[in-house]
Amino acid sequence: MEKFFSQSQEYLPFLLQGVSYTILVMMCAFALATGLGLILAFMRVSGIVPLAWVARTVIVVVRGIPGLVTLYYIYFVFPDFGVALTAVQAAIIGLGIAYSPYMAEVFRAGIEAIDRGQTEAALSIGMHWGLVMRRVVLPQAVRVALPPYGSTMVMLLKDSSLASTITVAELSLQGKLLASSTFENTTVFTLVALIYLAMSLPLTAFNAWLERKLRRS
Amino acid sequence: MSVIELKHVRKSFGTHEVISDVSFSVEPGEVVCIIGPSGSGKSTLLRCINGLETYQGGEIIVHGESVDATKPSIRHIRTRVSMVFQRFNLFPHRTALENVAEGPIYVKKERRAEVLARSRELLARVGLGAKMDAYPPQLSGGQQQRVAIARALGMNPDAILFDEPTSALDPELVGEVLSVMRSLADEGMTMVVVTHEMGFAREVADRVLFLDGGVLVEQGTPAEVLGRPQNARTQDFLRRVLPA
Repeated sequence: MEKFFSQSQEYLPFLLQGVSYTILVMMCAFALATGLGLILAFMRVSGIVPLAWVARTVIVVVRGIPGLVTLYYIYFVFPDFGVALTAVQAAIIGLGIAYSPYMAEVFRAGIEAIDRGQTEAALSIGMHWGLVMRRVVLPQAVRVALPPYGSTMVMLLKDSSLASTITVAELSLQGKLLASSTFENTTVFTLVALIYLAMSLPLTAFNAWLERKLRRS
Repeated sequence: MSVIELKHVRKSFGTHEVISDVSFSVEPGEVVCIIGPSGSGKSTLLRCINGLETYQGGEIIVHGESVDATKPSIRHIRTRVSMVFQRFNLFPHRTALENVAEGPIYVKKERRAEVLARSRELLARVGLGAKMDAYPPQLSGGQQQRVAIARALGMNPDAILFDEPTSALDPELVGEVLSVMRSLADEGMTMVVVTHEMGFAREVADRVLFLDGGVLVEQGTPAEVLGRPQNARTQDFLRRVLPA
């Protein structure tokens, strides 16, 4: 145990360098996935057949491809078509795209959970579709969608480790490099696991706080 | 000019025709009650008038404007013909006052302060002056339906459509809603009411329409339709719903 603490002091700065990349990739990919997910969800519930069809197809295709392969594709195949991205850019875009179907389904489930009568009441006072969504459906859908949205956020935090496979020096890659040069596998990977856990706890707490706040209002 | 006019309206779900060649009109200040067995198309007919359902044949005209649920003009018609639903459909995340003010502020873009003042008056008028800041889940069914009526009135409509407004209520709460509707009728509001409350139809309606199987079987004053029904189907229906 003593050895663990003394080694930790030595290894932590190196691992924390990786943490900054993990947070950067996770936050940006999360924002991108949320944006794309919202667009896909709105397309699916729009009632406009071609839009709904396109959204459904995108969701099925992207969800059916492993995130790892999506990252490889963007990092290694796109340059063949003249789109060269840095590893961090490719990681953010790849994870953002890979997670957008899950986000879309979380939002759609929230929207469709709202009673049809709510939409009818909103329409009956002359609201157009955008206003129905903004004033009536979405404020209620958020409460339904929040718990799965929070889980998806934690999943994305952990899957940001996929970025290591395209050379982004985030936490898991730093851990692997450290372990292979020191052979202190136990210490290093225990630290890596604890750091991931430590990052997920605030996310969970924030989500729980948001849920409580929304329930009260 | 009639507030609402239906000319040979037809509607079908697939091959099943639910409304067959229905024509009638509603004049300003008139209270029209639509009665009939469940599944007779009463609610569907009402929902066609403000475009919550589409119809396939004939024409519905509201204040000279043709009702077409697929055109943007439907939104203007909806601001002039309000609707009160069987299950209230209040917005649960907004207070009673906000429910009433929502349409005038966000749809009609009226000034917030004026709308709020008017909304308070309307809530007081339906007997809920003390419940303005309550959220719908905190209110009884009867109170919720009265908020819904205030919400309909808040739009300053030319007419209000009521879709079985008391059917989802506990029996002891029916009276408070009917008495609000009765006072609206007394003040000259144009109303179309789909209802199972024969007492209300008898006392308040100017005209009663009996609908069965999507067909307008009989219409007339309450005394005519409820007192001396001519058609066998009306007679049969009334025998079943009216106490002997």
